[in-house]
Order: sequence, then C-alpha cells, then structure tokens
Amino acid sequence: MTSSNKRLIKIDNPLIEINNLHYAYPRRGSVLKNVNFALYKNERVVINGDNGAGKTTLLHLIVGLKKAKQGEIIGFGEPCKTEKEFNQLRAKAGLLFQDPDDQLFCPTVLEDVMFGPLNLGFTKQQAIDKSLQTLNELGMKGFESRITHQLSGGEKRMITLASVLVMEPKVLILDEPTNALDEKAKTRLLNVLKALPQAMIIISHDKSFAQQLATRQLDLKEGVLSETSPATVAVA
Amino acid sequence: MSQGLEHSLTSWSGQALKHKASWIDDIDARVRIVCSGIFALAVVLSHHFLPALLGLLCAFILVKSSKLNIKRTLRRVVAMDLFMLTLICVLPFTTPGDAIFTVFGFTASWQGLFHALLITIKANAVLLVLFSLVATMSASTLGHALAHLKVPDKLVHLMLFMVRYLDVISQEYKKMRRAMQARAFVLRSNQHTWKSIGYLFGMLLIRSVERAERISGAMKCRGFCGRYYLNDEMKMGRVDVVFGLIFLCFLVLLIGLNINDFFQ
Repeated sequence: MTSSNKRLIKIDNPLIEINNLHYAYPRRGSVLKNVNFALYKNERVVINGDNGAGKTTLLHLIVGLKKAKQGEIIGFGEPCKTEKEFNQLRAKAGLLFQDPDDQLFCPTVLEDVMFGPLNLGFTKQQAIDKSLQTLNELGMKGFESRITHQLSGGEKRMITLASVLVMEPKVLILDEPTNALDEKAKTRLLNVLKALPQAMIIISHDKSFAQQLATRQLDLKEGVLSETSPATVAVA
Repeated sequence: MSQGLEHSLTSWSGQALKHKASWIDDIDARVRIVCSGIFALAVVLSHHFLPALLGLLCAFILVKSSKLNIKRTLRRVVAMDLFMLTLICVLPFTTPGDAIFTVFGFTASWQGLFHALLITIKANAVLLVLFSLVATMSASTLGHALAHLKVPDKLVHLMLFMVRYLDVISQEYKKMRRAMQARAFVLRSNQHTWKSIGYLFGMLLIRSVERAERISGAMKCRGFCGRYYLNDEMKMGRVDVVFGLIFLCFLVLLIGLNINDFFQ
C-alpha cells in the first residue's frame, strides 16, 4: 500500500487485514507468497490476475475455507485461526461463489435465503421476514416460492446475493459475480452493487464492470499482490 | 447409451409425476406416506387372491381419482410388468406341484403359475398406490414430510441434496457426453469406447466430489455448523383424518381377509 493511499483513508482500523500470507497446493508449488492486504471501510477493491493466479484461493483463505500455511488473517480486529473464529468472521464477511449452483442448495428460494439467518440464531418467523425484505430490496419480490434450479442465470445470481446480504455482512467478497451473465443482468447487478454500503473485495475478468465499481485495483501475479500501476489502469 | 435410458436417468429433477389437480393433492403428505406404507405391507403379506385383488381395485380407484397422466403412468407400470413377465415364465417351472404342460422335460405347475400371478397383482397394486399417493407430491415435499415423520435428519438431508443436485450433475454428464459426440465419438464395442466411458464416469465422480466440497464451503460461509432447518409446518385437517380413517378401515379388511383361513 502506498503512502498516498494511506493518507486518503484516514487512520482507521482495517476491516480485514492480511499479513504475510503464504499458501501452496501440494504438487503445484506456492500460489501465494507473502501477501499483505488491508480492506478499509467504503472501499471496493478489485483484484486482477490471470486464470490460476490464485485469486479464488485468496478469497477462500480470507474466510477460512482453506487454511493458510503461514501468515495471519485479522478480521474486524480479531485474529482468526480456528474454525470457530472463522465462523464469526464469515457472519460478517459474505462470500459470493463463482458458480451460483454451489450456493443455492435448498429446493426453494425462500429456504435458501433463510438458511443464513437461521444459522445466526434468528427464529423462523424473523428469518422469513428478513428474507422477504431482502428479496424485496433486490427487486426479487415474488420469487420466494420458486424452485432454485429452475431459475435463469441472472436470477440465480441475484438470489445468491440476497442469501448473502440477508446476513447483513459488513464486507462483501465477490468471486467473478458477472460470470456467464448477459449484458442486462450485468447492468442490473452493477447498479445493485453500486448502491450497497458494504466494503467489497471483487474478482472480475470483466474490465468495464470492474472499473465502474473499483475504488482501488490490485494485481495478483506469480503469487505476489501489488497495486495496479496507473498505466495499466488507463489502458484497461 | 440408448435414448430411452438416457431420458429416465437424467431428466428427473424432483418434480411430481404429471397429473391434474385432484382432492388427493389436498391430503396431508404424511398421511399419504403412512397410508401407502401400511398398504404396501398389508398387500405384500397377503396369501390369497381376494385381498390382493381388492388392493388392486383400491389402487385403480386411487389412480383414477388422483387424475394421473395415463401415458406416463403406463410407461412406468409397463417397465415393471416386463420384469413380472419373466417371473411368470420362470416360476411355474421352478415350483413343484400339479403339472400343466411339459417343455423339454421341464414341467410347469399350476401352483407356480398362481404364485407368479399373485406376485404380479401385489406388485401392481403397490406400485399404483405409490404413484397416486406418493409420486403426486414433489420430492422436496416428500423429504419434508419424512422429516416430520421423524425419519433421521441425515437421511432426509441426503435425499433433499440428492434431489437438488441430481439435475446439476446430470447436466454435467450431458455436457461431457455432448463434447464427446462433438468430436465424433460413437459407442462401439471396442476398447476405446470402454476406456472413454470409463473416463467419462470417473470425471463425473471427481466433479461431483469437487462440487460437494464447494457446496460445503458455501454452507460454512453462511454460518452452517451442523444443523439444517426445515421450513414448513404441516397441519392435519379434517380431510386428512377422514381419509386416513377410511383407508385404515379398508386395510383392516384386507388384513382380516388374510387371517380368516376360510378361503384356503
């Protein structure tokens, strides 16, 4: 992080902080080397990188789906090491998966959106109310009794977003949210995301989409995370 | 793989058997499951033709009143009856008893034939009742009803997950199969075919496992720690009680006909 950026964001505690993170897959060599990163309030950080550069791995490490070989992840001021600590982090940092089908595992939309709040300890009625409200806010009213696997790609994406937002996370982590969406669905998603107050970490291969959302862009290359140089941003 | 088999293998995604709305749809799912379960037991354990035939009659009435799509129902019944046909061909020769006729020194017996017919009637009766009472609800309703009937959670979730992902995995299978066809792959009986089909199923298995891991990750991300909540309440109404009582009375009649050895 450069000094100019630091001044820009005031002296504030980062929401998510990564120090010295290393990760290696067996038989593939290290994917992430000494990664340092901090996400502050109101930031929307886009991480660029080639296929297989380790972007998804990084996101999964942040929420503890994969365990780092070395390094530290600090979520909302608390260092996270154990599954229990990550569980608390995950309630505040919602991860949106690349493939909506991985996320929508309940038969109906309402059940899927309710899943998160129920896990957080809300009663059934509260969970239903919260879910309906979230669906409403995303313009997905009337979808609650639809069957999840019969939805279109764009609808699936919105429902997965609802199922994450209903947990009221402080940080949204989006793994290629525009994957396989058409222009219309993309624009709709973009408008929804722009209006959200949450800080975000975004992976996207869609240059224009990324540019319209990003407040900061990073490059992940050969396992090293670095600030995107202005020249590349201009070209992109 | 033949077209017919491919259809039945991969096109089901948990929907109910095609039918028009009927009064059976209004009956509580639990009552329907329990009724058809006891019915199956009562009919299968019958020793005589009369209760089995009565059961079949009841099955016909239920199929009629549940307004099942006749074509689709018949297709399924025929699939089972083809199997029953082999039974009718084989059982007379393997059961000792009074001879009907002799082929190549093997004797067919009346007892065997009656036994095979009895099994066929029982099987059809149970199948038709299952079609009209259980197959007319969607798989997720069935799963929820089973959960309310205190079937172990793990089994219910296994079923619900299977229903949800069968379609996704079959899509994956079709995608790979189409990719093979696009490169001029035709099923033949040679080693290349066997090897390729082996790769196909191996890859399907690996992809399914990987997907399972991703799903488990997605669930953890939303705070899953071992408990899965089902979202619905089932209430017994007057219709349910009346239907259950009538059905139970009928079943008692069936069982009673078996206890009485007068018919033997």
